Amino acid sequence: MSVDERLNALRGTAPRKPHNARTLAALAANPGCRRRTLLDAAGIDKGQIAQGLGVRISIGQMSSIAIARGKGFEAKVKADGCAELLRLLREHIGLPVAEVHYHDLNPADTDDRITSRLRRSQRALQASAESNEPTGTLFDHPILQLTVNGVQVRIEPDLIAFKLGNQFFIVEIKSFAILDGTANSGKVAGAAQQSAVYVLAMREMLQTAGLDPDMVSDQVVLVCPKDFSNHPVAELLDVRKQLATLKRQLDRMESVESLLRLLPPDLSFDPRLDAAGRPTRDPQELAAAVYQVTARYSPECLDACELGGVCRAEASGMVPVLGRVVREDLGGIDSIKEAVELATGLREPDAGQQQVADLLRRAYGMRETALGAVR
Amino acid sequence: MTILTSLAKALAAYSMTPQQLTVYRHLHISSKPIVIVPLTLAGETNAPLAAMVGPDRARPTLIVTRQPRNRAERIEFAGRLASELLFPIETAAQQTQATGPGPNARLRVVDAPQLWVPNPAGIEFIRTLGRMTRLRFIEGPWAVPKKVRDLGIWLTWFAEQAEFADTGALIAATQAIAAVWATGQSDLEDGNLAAQMAWLAPPEGMDVAAAVSRAENPQLCPPAGPSTDPTFDRLFLEPALRDLATARNPAAHNAVHRRLTAMLEEQMRPTWELTWTAIDLLRDVPEAPRVPKRWEQQRDRFTSFHRYVADGGRPQAKRDSAGRSAQRLAELEQRMAAFEAQRAYDDPLVIADHRLTGEAFAGQVVDVDPARRVPGLRRNMLRPLVTVATGDQTHLDVGQHVYDPARNGQQAVIESVTETEDGWRIELELHNQMGSGLTAKPGSVPTLGEDVTYTSVTETFVRRRPWPTRDETPWTHGGPPPDSTPVVEDAAEDWS
Amino acid sequence: MTTPHDRAEIKTAQILTAFTDGGHRGVVVDSPPGAGKSTLVGRVGTEIAAAGDPVAVVAQTNAQVDDLVVKIANRLPGLPVGRLSRDGYQPPPTVLLPNVQVASRVDDLPDCRVVVGTAAKWAQVQTARTWPWAIVDEAYQMRSDMLLLIVPLFEQMLLVGDPGQLDPFSPIDGERWAGLPWDPMQSAVAVLLRNNPHIVPHELPVTWRLPASATRLVQTAFYPFSQFAPGTHDGERATHVPTVGIRRTAVDEVIDLAAGSGWGFLELPHRNTLRTDAETVAATADVAVRLLQRGTETRCEQAPGGRRLTAARIAVGAAHRDQVAAITRALRARGEIADGIRVDTANRLQGAEFDITVILHPLSGRIDATPFHLTPGRLCVLTSRHRHACIVVGRRGIPELLDAHPGTEPVHLKGFIKFPDGWEANQAVLAHLANHRVSAPH
Ligand code: SF4
Repeated sequence: MSVDERLNALRGTAPRKPHNARTLAALAANPGCRRRTLLDAAGIDKGQIAQGLGVRISIGQMSSIAIARGKGFEAKVKADGCAELLRLLREHIGLPVAEVHYHDLNPADTDDRITSRLRRSQRALQASAESNEPTGTLFDHPILQLTVNGVQVRIEPDLIAFKLGNQFFIVEIKSFAILDGTANSGKVAGAAQQSAVYVLAMREMLQTAGLDPDMVSDQVVLVCPKDFSNHPVAELLDVRKQLATLKRQLDRMESVESLLRLLPPDLSFDPRLDAAGRPTRDPQELAAAVYQVTARYSPECLDACELGGVCRAEASGMVPVLGRVVREDLGGIDSIKEAVELATGLREPDAGQQQVADLLRRAYGMRETALGAVR
Repeated sequence: MTILTSLAKALAAYSMTPQQLTVYRHLHISSKPIVIVPLTLAGETNAPLAAMVGPDRARPTLIVTRQPRNRAERIEFAGRLASELLFPIETAAQQTQATGPGPNARLRVVDAPQLWVPNPAGIEFIRTLGRMTRLRFIEGPWAVPKKVRDLGIWLTWFAEQAEFADTGALIAATQAIAAVWATGQSDLEDGNLAAQMAWLAPPEGMDVAAAVSRAENPQLCPPAGPSTDPTFDRLFLEPALRDLATARNPAAHNAVHRRLTAMLEEQMRPTWELTWTAIDLLRDVPEAPRVPKRWEQQRDRFTSFHRYVADGGRPQAKRDSAGRSAQRLAELEQRMAAFEAQRAYDDPLVIADHRLTGEAFAGQVVDVDPARRVPGLRRNMLRPLVTVATGDQTHLDVGQHVYDPARNGQQAVIESVTETEDGWRIELELHNQMGSGLTAKPGSVPTLGEDVTYTSVTETFVRRRPWPTRDETPWTHGGPPPDSTPVVEDAAEDWS
Repeated sequence: MTTPHDRAEIKTAQILTAFTDGGHRGVVVDSPPGAGKSTLVGRVGTEIAAAGDPVAVVAQTNAQVDDLVVKIANRLPGLPVGRLSRDGYQPPPTVLLPNVQVASRVDDLPDCRVVVGTAAKWAQVQTARTWPWAIVDEAYQMRSDMLLLIVPLFEQMLLVGDPGQLDPFSPIDGERWAGLPWDPMQSAVAVLLRNNPHIVPHELPVTWRLPASATRLVQTAFYPFSQFAPGTHDGERATHVPTVGIRRTAVDEVIDLAAGSGWGFLELPHRNTLRTDAETVAATADVAVRLLQRGTETRCEQAPGGRRLTAARIAVGAAHRDQVAAITRALRARGEIADGIRVDTANRLQGAEFDITVILHPLSGRIDATPFHLTPGRLCVLTSRHRHACIVVGRRGIPELLDAHPGTEPVHLKGFIKFPDGWEANQAVLAHLANHRVSAPH
């Protein structure tokens, strides 16, 4: 069986959930996790798996109110042929934009297939890259693709690419505010990571077409609401670091092939959805399948991966659930029970545990003395 | 974090009971804390939706905006919050006492207000609401009521105080709890007040595991805010706001608003209760000896800031100037170091932490020369020698200054470190706090056989040249920045 | 063809001219490790003083100040040089040259042509005086808030420093100043350059310390935008270790390897451990002691005939203080032979120079990296203190750890971005070490 066939077999009858910029950016959150790498590669909907196991998903939920507001903001920025956006590009970024072409790559209608949109986007961007036309051009909603793990992943960014001279800039519109020139550093990091995906995808496209990938700038234009208003404001974001991170993660992603080799051939993560999209597979059986692939849980997963709750439950009683720092402090002891028993002297340390056992015992002794003195 | 904290977490997870991280509580708890539980509207920048506020657990004041997207309504919200907060601020400011006898005494408030929010995001809400309101004008076309602007100035002050390690002005309940207890879950999970309190005060008849699982279900335990639960938004809030916008007449509007108020109260009430429970739990932990002194300093700060506001002081700038940032950083560092040292001196578990990391050692006095003198510049100086036998693996070395927490931080210098069969012998020369005579005053020098502890942790105070004012900002730091006085654009700032 | 000496000399002359004739308020000099930074500081200081103008010199630690005082006072016999110090500071006897005056108040040093003090001390100075010239040494290790305090004392400043070393530190979370061009948490030079984009740093072109075998790696891993060359060529520096016949251990092997190539990596089996992992600590101490036991000799431009490696010419470096303490204890346990070996954290090894260094890899035995461990400056300091060879000790598994490291640091608008990235720098060093690896059995 080819890799693709095996991946499809893993997914079973469930619909494929392709990577997108968000999931690619999220790779950065836990690149060492094989479970995630494999499930993502197979296009498996991790949320559905969590649901099939009866575990609540805490991430990816957005308030409908926030979504509506975000859409409204984006529409405002793009209204009248991106008039507001052009004003920003002129004022804040200092781009000498005189007259600008606008190239709409939005779907023509509901039947507009993504493949044909991709082709259209590629043609438009490449033609522009080859031309020496001095006027700026805005490309609204292009479709891009990126090779991940040997597989072509299509990404449909909510974005605009802007070409001026022979430089392309990615413009990313976000709905978090820039207040007095600052913004939530986690959200900015997220935006930078996603933009890096777009920059890389666009560079890949140019390169495939035999063009200079460096035409795509690593400075991204971030457009956000200003202060407490919904007037847009722009800021240049340097994504060189995120680009490097993304590249090395794609480069070093454990090859899916070698991961597959470790797994039994008949393994399947199919949650067996019924007509209403509800999982019907026996949760224990599904869990057993999921646990066949090793995870690398840390509490940060709860904010970054749909399987956070699943992996936490699996790791219950193990030191990693207490957090990375604790895991490091306990110097390689995996089980909470073991750590406690070493500390209280109930257990004799193994060969490699002497040092950490001594430390824990000393710490436990001090703790008891200190608390005993006031008890 | 340190090995003791990690061990406590493991113990907590193993026994499913929270474990104390400190013997004492190092936070002053007001006899009349004011709790604020805020909620904001998703998608906007700090758009206040509702708040539950007040000093009385049984009778919270409920503030619900009549239309969160409306600017006038936001000002109205701020005004009502101002009425709740400025009154206790003023009351506290009116009651002062002299700092001491004599002509140099200043006035200091007898007690200062203390605000509580559920979590750090609550502090962020306070800070941002302060920013939203403090730059407004109180006259002219964009005028807001003076109390709204004053609220902005005060909220900003509280939020800025909350950046200090030793703060007692504005407190996030999750952080105050986490400073005293380890739960058997990670810090990330402890950031959810309900999940954290599930360990400390599980609902009647429920064990910790069940309580935690319940706490993580937003339908059963609404989030502690200010963000609301997305499911709540979709199922309840959004329809209600729609109805509010389309209500044809005041009666219909009032009816919807009553519905909105009731559902928001339901979202805030559990957090309100948990915050008060947290305060009660903390109050039951014995207070560390150095807490009153720190609270006294906090009262001083409150007193002087109140005077500043009363004298018509300008609202705080949007961002710190070069001089202001440097000055603030210095104060943050100095107060953090002092707090760390005071905690170590007060608390056996904190000092144990330092012993484990090698920054302190405890042992027994095995040799002492209390009357030793060495020649000084003008006369001989009293420099007793004390030798301590310890089993602690300290990384303090010769020449290092160390301090004795039991003798109010008496300073000593390590003269030698010798390894023995079962540990180390550390020879120390004592330097101060022995009186002015040529013999040490009684009790100021450890005696043979006494158990002693020394640590390198200390309060530091650095004297410096004055920080530059805005206008004095040198060329290296960009020269003087533009004036920070609010301008018409600030007053007219759009909230939409 | 110009020799490294010529190139360095030309650069020094350029800097001197730019500073003294240029009418610039600020001149910045970037110096790679061992490029003669303090020599430059001493020289510029003396030349200006000799020409008749008062000069203030600012360094970051007391040891640096003492060092500079000696350098300058020796070059200016007869001219008084002031050592500004805190009350009660006892300068070492070497500093007390006949033309050196020590005082805690600058006004007590009125006739001193040159006054040297730490930045912290200058930041306390109360005086009506100003100095036409000031030289700041290790300016990348000084925080910008310190610079803010001392600038008014000086009219023109020369700031010299090594951008690859550790950034100044604060326990405070500086989020509120992020992106401000005067962020007080940033280094003095970073802030000065951000506010004065027209100032282009000069670069010292030659490292006199690093051997040819280390220059390339250190440059590509830690100074991606700089060009500097070694002052010596391959054959000029050599390490000779008498061979051992029987019972040759992994420690011996790694020493031999490093003697030949300038690098060695002693790799212990993979295990997650405490920071003070006894086995790694022991191996580190063993390498240091074994270098001495075997009678290592080094040959270089200073000692073309070769000289015996002494304890004082060896440094052992680590990331944490408790590791330093553990290694110190391990060395003490190995007897008198180890007396005089300097064991210290990267922080405190900044600016120092040795013949051979032994390093406990900051990521050894860990499960995760933290920003502390990934800071490129830390590894840079550790791998650029040596004139002959550097031997790294660590457990297996560091590349895997780096691969699993999440890349999700917060990002601030207009934030100060520094290159190289710690991850890349670490990978570069590891990739190089992979070719100089000796596995320790266990
Ligand atoms: S939650 Fe599980 S699957 Fe997802 S990244 Fe974490 S460990 Fe991997």
